Amino acid sequence: MNIHEYQGKQLLRQYGVSVSTGTVAFSPEEAVKAAKELGTEIVVVKAQIHAGGRGKAGGVKIAKNLEEVRAYSKELLGKVLVTHQTGPEGKEIKRLLIEEGCDIKKEYYLGLVLDSSTSRVTLMGSEEGGVDIEEVAESTPEKIFKELIDPVVGLTGFQARRMAFNMNIPAKLVNKAAKFMLGLYQVFIEKDAAIVEINPLVVTGGGEVMALDAKFNFDANALYRHKDILELRDYDEEDAKEIEASKYDLSYISLEGNIGCMVNGAGLAMATMDTISYYGGSPANFLDVGGGATAEKVTEAFKIILSDKNVKGIFVNIFGGIMKCDVIAEGVITAAKEVGLQVPLVVRLEGTNVELGKKLLNESGLNIIAAGSMADGAQQIVELVG
Amino acid sequence: MSVYINKDTKVLVQGITGSTALFHTKQMLEYGTKIVAGVTPGKGGTEVEGVPVFNTVEQAVAATGANVSVIYVPAPFAADAILEAVDADLDMAICITEHIPVLDMVKVKRYMEGKKTRLVGPNCPGVITPDECKIGIMPGYIHKKGHVGVVSRSGTLTYEAVHQLSEEGIGQSTAVGIGGDPVNGTNFIDVLMAFNEDPDTYAVVMIGEIGGTAEEEAAEWIKANMTKPVVGFIGGQTAPEGKRMGHAGAIISGGKGTAADKIKAMNAAGMEVAATPSVIGETLIKVIKEKGLYDACKTH
Repeated sequence: MNIHEYQGKQLLRQYGVSVSTGTVAFSPEEAVKAAKELGTEIVVVKAQIHAGGRGKAGGVKIAKNLEEVRAYSKELLGKVLVTHQTGPEGKEIKRLLIEEGCDIKKEYYLGLVLDSSTSRVTLMGSEEGGVDIEEVAESTPEKIFKELIDPVVGLTGFQARRMAFNMNIPAKLVNKAAKFMLGLYQVFIEKDAAIVEINPLVVTGGGEVMALDAKFNFDANALYRHKDILELRDYDEEDAKEIEASKYDLSYISLEGNIGCMVNGAGLAMATMDTISYYGGSPANFLDVGGGATAEKVTEAFKIILSDKNVKGIFVNIFGGIMKCDVIAEGVITAAKEVGLQVPLVVRLEGTNVELGKKLLNESGLNIIAAGSMADGAQQIVELVG
Repeated sequence: MSVYINKDTKVLVQGITGSTALFHTKQMLEYGTKIVAGVTPGKGGTEVEGVPVFNTVEQAVAATGANVSVIYVPAPFAADAILEAVDADLDMAICITEHIPVLDMVKVKRYMEGKKTRLVGPNCPGVITPDECKIGIMPGYIHKKGHVGVVSRSGTLTYEAVHQLSEEGIGQSTAVGIGGDPVNGTNFIDVLMAFNEDPDTYAVVMIGEIGGTAEEEAAEWIKANMTKPVVGFIGGQTAPEGKRMGHAGAIISGGKGTAADKIKAMNAAGMEVAATPSVIGETLIKVIKEKGLYDACKTH
């Protein structure tokens, strides 16, 4: 789960991590009021969307007076911002962060992420801040430094200082930078973050070390123990069908195509998409109904697939292990009867309780095309959709 | 022969009184797995499917000599269940549970350093040595005893591959699902090493997916060490960048972890890679025919 920059900064503030001062605004009036309260000469108006690359796309404006704050806020609110991370459809700006202007001496990069090859949380830092860090990693990997963190002792003082020195942070500010990193690590661990990126981390003319941006992503599997983080979820930033799916613990991702897919297991779901594409079709979604799905969840999954107007046919591909074929069959039948099935439906069942599942489908009276294998099913649905 | 588990493996089920665990305990017993104990705190002294239930793993091991545990404990408590299995010095703990917070697993991995227990999973289908021992949630009937080792990050794709092999009369020595989480116990290389040393495994199927670099690392290892043919498949070839495909580890980020990279690394290691999941079995058969291993692998 992602949160907005302003929410990330609030979180950092709670942990004593230094961030630039600012307030969220939902209207030009609120923006002007926030700017007044800041009382600084320069005010930054920043679009709050869950995507990077906002600056380059024109989502960050520097205002020199309150009139400019009002004008920029009017311009940005309601505008659809297209960045390299939003996809071509872009994202509508509904919130702004009104922040004090800041005397930047130099920009750095700082991030915390899980390194799966070592099973350690890793601190990454670079003196090349404010730019796309992937580009830095590609062109000058020697400028990115890493510290692997032992979960027992956590990020240590010497590691943080070593990182600060490696990043060429001015010697007299190294202790401030180290304190920043230790606080950042504490937030990461206590809130079960998956990724935290501070890009840029800045050193100011006044000798401060602070976060000018904050990008947080949280481990969805740990949200059950962080009610405060869950409250920060912004449904406007997410796909409506994906929200609906998450209510039923279904793993659903919207895609561009016209063949709806319902599969159990993430690997098989990806492989099903691959197979449909191989035969010239195009999947409308990724959908893993998971292991513990009930007939009710399967029904909801089916409804979500059908709510996508692009869907011209459905392929159900189940290889039951923990998931039982009869449960899938029951859910499919209920859903098809409830919503009225208007598109072709191809079903491939194999695995736990397969005979029972097939029997239920045969006796349902529904027009279901049975497939003998994944390849057979994919070919059939691609042909039917045309 | 086989790897990790066989007909003598004594299995204990952690979380045995939960509904999923109950269903699969029954299935495992029917398959012939020796389930000697169950553990559910507070249910000690009771019985489930004729299996005695204990309050702690330590008690269960002392009373029954169980040496492998399978964990069905719900996600919030699963990491603790793994720690308990490791503390009891079991040979192996197989964790089926999905959705365990990743930072819990980071701690578990650290705790396991220098300890005896091998962890398989979490978020995996388990391990099966056909006709001898089935531990986990895989449907038993699709397997056939034989000489092809299977290792996979995905549960249902493992079934798919095994099913194709069995239909063609190619049995399996052992099938190991290592799970789709970014932090897991046993990795590809561990299992490949075991298959390489197992005299009864003649060839291997390795099924990976997008995200991370485990497949690339395994390909490097295969190139340098593997003496048996390995056939591969990578799921998620058409997955878009930046979208997490169900498994916490299955995401292409910053252009890393793409299917193309992985297939390239596997080809560079001399591996044949199946173009679609439907031809994993076919591809393996083609390769073992080329290597003159087909007759030895075919079940008569």
